[in-house]
Amino acid sequence: MTLATLLLLAAALIGIGIYGALSQQSFVMLMMGLELILNGVMLAAVAFWAFSGAGAPEGQLLTIIVMAVMAIEMTMGFALVVAVFRGKQADTTESLTGLKH
Amino acid sequence: MIESMSHGIGVDIAFLLLATLAVVTAWRVFRTDSMVRASFFLLVSFIAVGVIMILLAAEYLGVAMFFMMAVEMTVMALFMVMFMMNPAGLNPMNMVHQERISIGAGVVSFLVLSAMALLAVFPDRPVSAGLDPVRSLGNEMLGDSMLIFESAGLVLLTTMIGVVVLSSHRGRYGAATEGSLPPGLESGGDPAGKPEEDEDGEDGGHHHHHH
Repeated sequence: MTLATLLLLAAALIGIGIYGALSQQSFVMLMMGLELILNGVMLAAVAFWAFSGAGAPEGQLLTIIVMAVMAIEMTMGFALVVAVFRGKQADTTESLTGLKH
Repeated sequence: MIESMSHGIGVDIAFLLLATLAVVTAWRVFRTDSMVRASFFLLVSFIAVGVIMILLAAEYLGVAMFFMMAVEMTVMALFMVMFMMNPAGLNPMNMVHQERISIGAGVVSFLVLSAMALLAVFPDRPVSAGLDPVRSLGNEMLGDSMLIFESAGLVLLTTMIGVVVLSSHRGRYGAATEGSLPPGLESGGDPAGKPEEDEDGEDGGHHHHHH
């Protein structure tokens, strides 16, 4: 378990997340891709904190902030899914052609 | 890369297993037929990363990850059942667009980030043995970085209000259209742009209009 292996794992998670966020048609699956990206970001932050940052507390704080970003992304995503579903009975990105509904 | 943290071979084996688990389950998220199963695969991937954080001595963050993701993925599974056409995975599912570009973008970003991880020279300053990570995080959050921490809380509160506004289909005094009909095109005429509900009533006998 070195910094390089941890960063490789984070890179793999971010890569899979980018694939998912770009390729999925369903809103909720798309959000799963975004979550995976943030998962890799948090792992990289903790890895840097443990191996390069000499345990500076700001490294852990950054991870907490990413967790808050993740929670905000989830709630806003679900609210938008509800709003879109109410307006268009749609749950795929293809059925949205404009920002207004 | 210098071995910068003193730990046994057991930690390395555990890390290898957890890393494999995290990547495989993350991949299975987009390859399973069932959307509910996809959210639980994502949960397993997050838990594997949380255990790796605990191996890295960030106990608080690892445990916080377990709790947060367990709740989040349960909510996600509920949303899958509510909105998606195939939550149980009884039929094959492959709902993707621009797949080739997406695979390319994923592979390219993985390669670029891996090259940075392998080629860049990072300072080798491991956590000192005497540091208590949980105590140091607590002192930071309620000390020097309190403004950042409180701002995160405020943003979360704002998000909650915004989410309720977005997802609620009625306001405090009724539906959005209530009492706010647009004026007619001629004076005294019917409101402009109002959906004509009463005219298409031949097959809509189950609509109850209160006049």
